[in-house]
Amino acid sequence: MSDLTRMTATEIAALVAGGETSAVEVTRAHLDRIAEVDDRVHAFLHVDTDGALAAARAVDERRAAGEELGPLAGVPVAVKDVLATRGVPTTVGSKILEGWRPPYDATIVQRLRDAGTVMLGKTNMDEFAMGSSTEYSAYGPTHNPWDLTRIPGGSGGGSAAALAAYEAPLAIGSDTGGSIRQPGAVTGTVGAKPTYGGTSRYGLVAFSSSLDTPGPCARNVLDAALLHQVIGGHDPRDSTSIPQPMPDVVAAARLGATGDLTGVRLGIVSEFVGEGAETGVMTAFRESVDALTKMGAEVVEISCPTFAYALPAYYLIAPSECSSNLARFDGVRFGLRVGDDGNRSLEEVMSLTREAGFGPEVKRRIMIGTYALSSGYYDAYYGQAQKVRTLITRDFTAAFEQVDALISPTTPFTAFPIGARTADPYQMYLADLFTIPTNLYGGPGISVPCGLSEGLPVGLQVMAPTMADDRMYRVAAALESAVGTFTPPAL
Amino acid sequence: MTTTLPAYDEVVARYEPVIGLETHVELGTNTKMFCGCPTDFGGEPNTRVCPVCLGLPGSLPVANKAAIEAIIRIGLALNCSIAEWCRFARKNYFYPDMPKNFQISQYDEPICVDGYLDVEVGGETVRIEIERVHLEEDTGKTLHVGGATGRIHGATESLVDYNRAGIPLVEIVTKPITGTGALAPDVARAYVAELRDVIRTLGVSDVRMEEGSLRCDVNTSLNLPGAEWGTRTETKNVNSLRSVERAVRSEMLRQASVLDAGGRITQETRHFHEDTGDTTPGRSKETATDYRYFPEPDLVPIAPDPAWVAELKAALPELPRVHRRRLQQQWGLSDLDMQSVLNAGAVELIEATVAAGTTPAAARKWWLGELSRRANESGVELADIGATPTQVAELQGLVDAGKLNDKMARTVLEGVVDGEGSPTEIMTSRGLEVVSDTGALTAAVDEAIAANPGIADKIRSGKVAAAGALVGAVMKTTRGQADAKTVRELILERLGVQG
Repeated sequence: MSDLTRMTATEIAALVAGGETSAVEVTRAHLDRIAEVDDRVHAFLHVDTDGALAAARAVDERRAAGEELGPLAGVPVAVKDVLATRGVPTTVGSKILEGWRPPYDATIVQRLRDAGTVMLGKTNMDEFAMGSSTEYSAYGPTHNPWDLTRIPGGSGGGSAAALAAYEAPLAIGSDTGGSIRQPGAVTGTVGAKPTYGGTSRYGLVAFSSSLDTPGPCARNVLDAALLHQVIGGHDPRDSTSIPQPMPDVVAAARLGATGDLTGVRLGIVSEFVGEGAETGVMTAFRESVDALTKMGAEVVEISCPTFAYALPAYYLIAPSECSSNLARFDGVRFGLRVGDDGNRSLEEVMSLTREAGFGPEVKRRIMIGTYALSSGYYDAYYGQAQKVRTLITRDFTAAFEQVDALISPTTPFTAFPIGARTADPYQMYLADLFTIPTNLYGGPGISVPCGLSEGLPVGLQVMAPTMADDRMYRVAAALESAVGTFTPPAL
Repeated sequence: MTTTLPAYDEVVARYEPVIGLETHVELGTNTKMFCGCPTDFGGEPNTRVCPVCLGLPGSLPVANKAAIEAIIRIGLALNCSIAEWCRFARKNYFYPDMPKNFQISQYDEPICVDGYLDVEVGGETVRIEIERVHLEEDTGKTLHVGGATGRIHGATESLVDYNRAGIPLVEIVTKPITGTGALAPDVARAYVAELRDVIRTLGVSDVRMEEGSLRCDVNTSLNLPGAEWGTRTETKNVNSLRSVERAVRSEMLRQASVLDAGGRITQETRHFHEDTGDTTPGRSKETATDYRYFPEPDLVPIAPDPAWVAELKAALPELPRVHRRRLQQQWGLSDLDMQSVLNAGAVELIEATVAAGTTPAAARKWWLGELSRRANESGVELADIGATPTQVAELQGLVDAGKLNDKMARTVLEGVVDGEGSPTEIMTSRGLEVVSDTGALTAAVDEAIAANPGIADKIRSGKVAAAGALVGAVMKTTRGQADAKTVRELILERLGVQG
């Protein structure tokens, strides 16, 4: 049998279902691969060897008993450490949750288990999903399999790197300002941010509640769609979950793969193809646009002037919500506790715990958010940012009256060297310049590999109206059929 | 504190009080506000908890529809407008009994606004305006161990029980209540009593102040006539109707003594002490936390369907004021008599006693007489005296059947209050039954006549009033277990005199 770790999820599921391999065999192959490369990649914070093998055995037993298996049964999945996993360490990349084993599963994790997928372990991330390079993980950075001296994007760099390093065929990420799409772009993998409310946030450790969206990561569009279908859909435990059936993203991906985009209208966001992006990124993007046009798509340029304000609005809304969401990490009920020597007051213990447990980027955002919500400043900062959010939504709505989907480069630049942007937070924030508007609007966005620039992957982003996730899968699959997938050099 | 306080009459002659009440009511929903945990009172600490009410990372709230229905009904009963669209908000502050270090509450978009509640004070109707009614989650309970006071100061350990965390809490806030003068303490009490009755009638909470399912904070300030309102204080820990009244009065006296001495009132939270009737300062509001309220992003807005709200309004039960007016008519009471029934907190008790088969007059006699006296002596609310309406009705039944006379009935009632059993059981166990065997009674009468020949002669000569002395003698020999009226008739009969 050829190398199981090089296969798509679809292929693995078919082999397991047909009895040509077992889920245990598939799992062992991936665990071996992790053992072989992860000391260099550092995609995983925790590998759940026993749990993965037990889950794989259960799938094999169900198959042996003649039970019908779901479309991804027996396929390994790497889960970003932002999702609560019962009995399995969940740190959110932070020291403050070191050693915490949640007593419950996130809805998405439960759905993954129900579908018979095999959770390999938990992947590295910027602390509390705040960052664009995984360098802000309290447990050290993840390295980009394309070039180990470079960042794999963030915050979900662990999930993206695990895919690119063939440690897992599928992964789960979460996208608050681009944390699925931007790592996808810089690692040559596919990352989809579903419509906000299309995937459950129950069990997703919150960074910014109104923006956080868990979603699928894969090495190809169809696999991402299959994973999306397994994890998506209404969840009564998440009040913001949309109580409607989700669009058929798998059918859309299959339709797109035929390479026909006749009648599809695409809008290039003018503001994102100017001077903001690197030349190599723009070259790959332009070539992709030509490919899309050749497949029958009608491509126009559309101006979305308020997108220029997305970054500042985001950096008020997300920190404001995080300043409140992260208040619960105080050493009283779970996780790290520092300074509890029997003499210090509760307040001192809380302060010492938070001082020791949070990293610099998390502290920076908690302080910005606390300030922005303060009495007397609320209207000027948080209130104003919400107004900008409304305007950005209007730009999207107006654009979607003219086109079916918007396209842009996913990021302005390819994977940068580790350490290159940590000195200046703003330089780091620019990595999400093109992905943030979608989060503020709440619609879906996907990054699909569209070429290489100086040997490094470039991603193209497709943005669709809310609850029209199928449209972005169709366009992404079509592009993939034209440009193919990209394989990094051997590790 | 040994400051001599001014006399209350002098205080209200010099100053005008402004009061305001914030009342918290725990709803009696089956489950908590944002999760499926049970809400029953009691239970081993931290057993009625889940990831949501413990605020574990990743957990999310989902609003309890029954709680939203309950608050809308409260709002409607308090004549409020119901918002067509409103949101929850986060109130951010660090405290270990708050699992998330923020409380999900409502801020500038409460679900019910601009209502009123009419209350009766001293025969007058006072309209208390309601500013807002909003929904929030309760906090856990902190127990400070090792200190002398049970407060955090001096404690060596603090234990937190999250069973209460997340129980739905309704906050009802009045507008400032002015112009009540000397009656301010009575108005405050009457308002809380009326509010409690309304909520109990709606069946959405058991509103028991002693269990904390109804809690009250009292704001008080004083100003000179015509001057601007004074600085207010907020008194917490007010756990009974009587305490509401005492807290307002005590705070008025304290503030007057500070102002009289040329001092200034500090805006602060004060604690009421049930034992002394005093208030002492809590945390100062001058260093008040900035709660950094913002709309709760984890919850979708509440947008009650106007048709549903209209249905809830149409289905409201008869509210206490209307109900009382109907009862007053049925019972044939004057306004003054009804007022004393109200003051005694006896409306429902009398109503239930009448429902158990007693006449309104007899029911009222027991509850306002003997039982009110006992309640006052023991310092408990009438409803908690230990006698139930059914027992009172049973007692009156025994009187009506001629088995107990009035004095014996009162003795039996004491037994009921002391928990000795039902009236019939106590009558038997204490051997208290009217001697109706005329043979034994006739012997006792003859004995009394024989022992008091002088009195017997007076009666024979027509001085019928003198029979009272012989009745007394007979009652003495029968140890009170005879019916005085029967004894009197028997005496006259034996002496051959017409009654």
